[in-house]
Amino acid sequence: MKFVAYLRSLAAKFFHRSETADDMEEELRSHIQHRADDLERSGMDRSEAERRARIEFGGYEKFREESHEALGGNFIETLLQDVRFSLRLLRKSPGFTLVAVLTLALGIGANAVVFSIMNALIVRPVNVPEARSLYAIERGKDQAINHSYPDYVDLRDRNRSFEGIAAYNVASAGLDTGNNPSSVWLMEVTGNYFDMLKIRPYLGRFFHGSDEHGDNSAPYIVLTYGYWHSHFQDDRGVVGRVVQLNKHPFTILGVAPPDFQGTLLFLGPDIWVPLVNQEQVEGVNLLNARSSRGILMVMGHLKTGVTPAQAVADLNSVGSYLEKTYPEDDGNMTFSLTRPYLAGDWLGGPMREFLAGLMLLAGLILLAACANLGSLFAARAADRSREVALRLALGSSRRRILRQVFTEAVLISLIGGTVGLLGSLLLLRGLSTWRPLPSAAPTMHLPVSTDANMYIFALLLSLASGFLFGAVPVRQILRTNPYEVVKAGLSGRVGRGMTVRDLLLVAQIAICTVLVTSSMVAMRGMMRSMHSNFGFEPQNAMLVSTALNMAGYDGDSVPAMQKRMIDALRAVPGVQSVGSVDRPPLYFGANYTIVFTDKTTDIRPSNAAAESVMYNISPEYFDAARTAFLAGRPFSWHDDQNAPLVAVVNREFAAKVFGSIKNAVGGYYKKRDGSRIQVVGVVEDGKYASLTEDPQPATFLPFMQSPASQTREHLFSVVLVVRSARDPQQLDAAIKSTLQGLDAGLPFSSQMWGKQLNDSAMFAARVATLALGVLGVIGAMLSITGIFGMAAYSVSKRLRELGIRVALGAQRTEVLQAALGRAVKLLAFGSVAGLILGLLATRVLAFIVYQATPRDPLVLGGVVLTMLLLGLVATWIPAQRALSVDPLILLREE
Amino acid sequence: MTDQAQLLPGTLDLLILKAVSLGPLHGYGVLLRIGQISGQALLIEQGALYPALFRLVRQGLLKASWGTSENNRRAKFYELTSIGRKRLQEETDGWNRLASAMASVLDAQPE
Repeated sequence: MKFVAYLRSLAAKFFHRSETADDMEEELRSHIQHRADDLERSGMDRSEAERRARIEFGGYEKFREESHEALGGNFIETLLQDVRFSLRLLRKSPGFTLVAVLTLALGIGANAVVFSIMNALIVRPVNVPEARSLYAIERGKDQAINHSYPDYVDLRDRNRSFEGIAAYNVASAGLDTGNNPSSVWLMEVTGNYFDMLKIRPYLGRFFHGSDEHGDNSAPYIVLTYGYWHSHFQDDRGVVGRVVQLNKHPFTILGVAPPDFQGTLLFLGPDIWVPLVNQEQVEGVNLLNARSSRGILMVMGHLKTGVTPAQAVADLNSVGSYLEKTYPEDDGNMTFSLTRPYLAGDWLGGPMREFLAGLMLLAGLILLAACANLGSLFAARAADRSREVALRLALGSSRRRILRQVFTEAVLISLIGGTVGLLGSLLLLRGLSTWRPLPSAAPTMHLPVSTDANMYIFALLLSLASGFLFGAVPVRQILRTNPYEVVKAGLSGRVGRGMTVRDLLLVAQIAICTVLVTSSMVAMRGMMRSMHSNFGFEPQNAMLVSTALNMAGYDGDSVPAMQKRMIDALRAVPGVQSVGSVDRPPLYFGANYTIVFTDKTTDIRPSNAAAESVMYNISPEYFDAARTAFLAGRPFSWHDDQNAPLVAVVNREFAAKVFGSIKNAVGGYYKKRDGSRIQVVGVVEDGKYASLTEDPQPATFLPFMQSPASQTREHLFSVVLVVRSARDPQQLDAAIKSTLQGLDAGLPFSSQMWGKQLNDSAMFAARVATLALGVLGVIGAMLSITGIFGMAAYSVSKRLRELGIRVALGAQRTEVLQAALGRAVKLLAFGSVAGLILGLLATRVLAFIVYQATPRDPLVLGGVVLTMLLLGLVATWIPAQRALSVDPLILLREE
Repeated sequence: MTDQAQLLPGTLDLLILKAVSLGPLHGYGVLLRIGQISGQALLIEQGALYPALFRLVRQGLLKASWGTSENNRRAKFYELTSIGRKRLQEETDGWNRLASAMASVLDAQPE
């Protein structure tokens, strides 16, 4: 209660002049009256006596302030006084206040947004108990997150550093709860998964390590709270119910708590199933294949007292044991630890780098905003020098005046910070409900929410920037000589070399140019990636994904059905060609395999000739995808299991393994099982895993020859590439009726290839371009306000001089040059500096933006043109004002 | 002006305490009283009195209350508190000791 009373008295002091201050003023006045009474008695008339009494009293202002301090005019009271005074000043110049607050709101808002995204994705872990000791295990130099199941078992059983290690894998399957078979995203997890993570069930029970008794021994399902809520309407009776997963009976064991959606930030599953049932879920059992590294991710809690470095050493010793024991399967078995939330460094690495880059740019924006405000404040201090001089002459101390200036600066920055924070909260709310990927992908969203960290960050930024730009006019105030200023008035001191204000403007424009440059580089890269050569033509092609496993196909019925689908679709009117591929290029990564030269006899990973992307395709795939043939022949339907093994490779593969395209055609290479494959053709290079990759080797195998257990994707996930110039909607309908005519129970989805690319491979580049574009626009806005402020100020200060020039017969160009020459010069100077810096900085973008080369005449020209335009816009109004000076009026005024 | 002495630092507080100890006074009255008892020998800048007065009030040596002056004007009157009276005694003793010591040093004759 005491505190409340204190606050109330503070508020009272803030809004009304304080009682003690009034009291004091009255006492001082009373003193002067008494003295005047005495003087009057000695014969002076009253007004003269009062004047004398005031002079005798001495520096009224000074004693008033000293008295204030003596009265216990404590910090807060003085502060409140300053705040009141500052608010009055700000109210008196609404234009200045508005510009200043908006500038800061932009700067601080941009930082708050980037910070809270960073906070959500990197700083703050997923909501699991003891998250600090939870690490994902990565393998090898390139920090691969995928492991094979046998390797996982060895790591789990042979390490001494972890409390427990669990593995998980993302997959999809068809779930039939009685009437409505639908596709679900699931995590296949090891039995110890929930126990290792220390998660307790919301309802029912979880499965445990003790439930695993070999392949397909644990047909259990755990539901996420969200799926239970939306698909079972919170029915507590689901526990114990048997449902069909890919037409196999599974028992629902329980429901996970609402706040647990797995450990991946961007991907929440619908259900969890035991990994030992992989064969039923995915149709293939890879649990005994040591060399088959799907996307099994591995994580665990470190034991208390074990450091990550110790754990890595421990894992590496297990790794060297594995290399020795299984030389044909395991190579490069060194390990590192990372956080699991972004699938290790697979997504986490680029994300961290990108966000760090973004944070840097946002920081630059704030710096530009501060430079902008600094110059505004310096100009304001120059205009106020008469007031400052007057206060100094009346006995106010410089310290006191500085304090007031800083109060004003911090006040502005706090208001700006608040506005910026509110804006960013709105933006973030939009972001957290934004689903960047369409329905085809698992539920993915940016789990951005705000927390105390963000508020503290914004507050600190506001305070820091307030002090930063508040410090600009300090020297000016310290050097104010009251006598000079009062005597001379405000003669516009113009044209004396570079002032601090000029430097600030140059710095600000340079920073803004950096921002504009980076956003242009990003935009240009984006444009280029839309039109670059992917090694296939996404235009006029539709991708039809089918999930044969969900419809009960397995074994030999898969390739047979695949051929039937291709034949049926080719008969659709308007369709030029149809090909199939197990996983189209640029579809959330690619499948890899290692290959050996024909001469290699010791088949082990360390002797591999190349790591190659691998596709299983139908004979017409190249035709349907419009991949250009360089040499040799495509496959035919006769390249089946009864024919010799053949492959088509790309140019990079031919160069790397065979030395040239000519040597490649007809040549042989070896697969990891030792079988020899003859290369029958060579195609152009393409983009396979990401848009920013360097050319990498690729092999294409006829799906009719692919052995059933090597990879899983090609077996069941069949993507048909349908090339047709027909209207997409008509085509879609035709495809739908054709496929349903073949098998009414076959789940499939179709999408234009170009659109699919936009949603997957281009996604990162699109987000990057958007973010950089926004920052670029903010930068451009800041440079406009900066140049405008400077130009408007210099014109207003020199109106008289300009008037004289006009009166003496100066031409319009000469007037303009006199008025704005300096602003334009600074603009040019800052732009050039910024352009050079920007060119250096855009190297940072290269990892996320496709071909982010700054040495691009279009980008250079674009930046120069933009800065010119900005300069033109910003100086337009001041120029008009300079041109319209009427010498007569101006000269009369002074 | 020549017969007026500048105040030594720190002595203003003592002078105020002494002046007020003779009876409650308002600010201007304190000045008059000091002038009167020092025979106009001590010069105090009028405005400088108030920060000192407020300081003494804050230290609890003086207490203040509004009243009406002999000129029939509102004025704030100051009087000593018990702590103030004790402080005055201490300071007076200290000052006397210092003054007599200074005097005996300055009076010393060559032997």
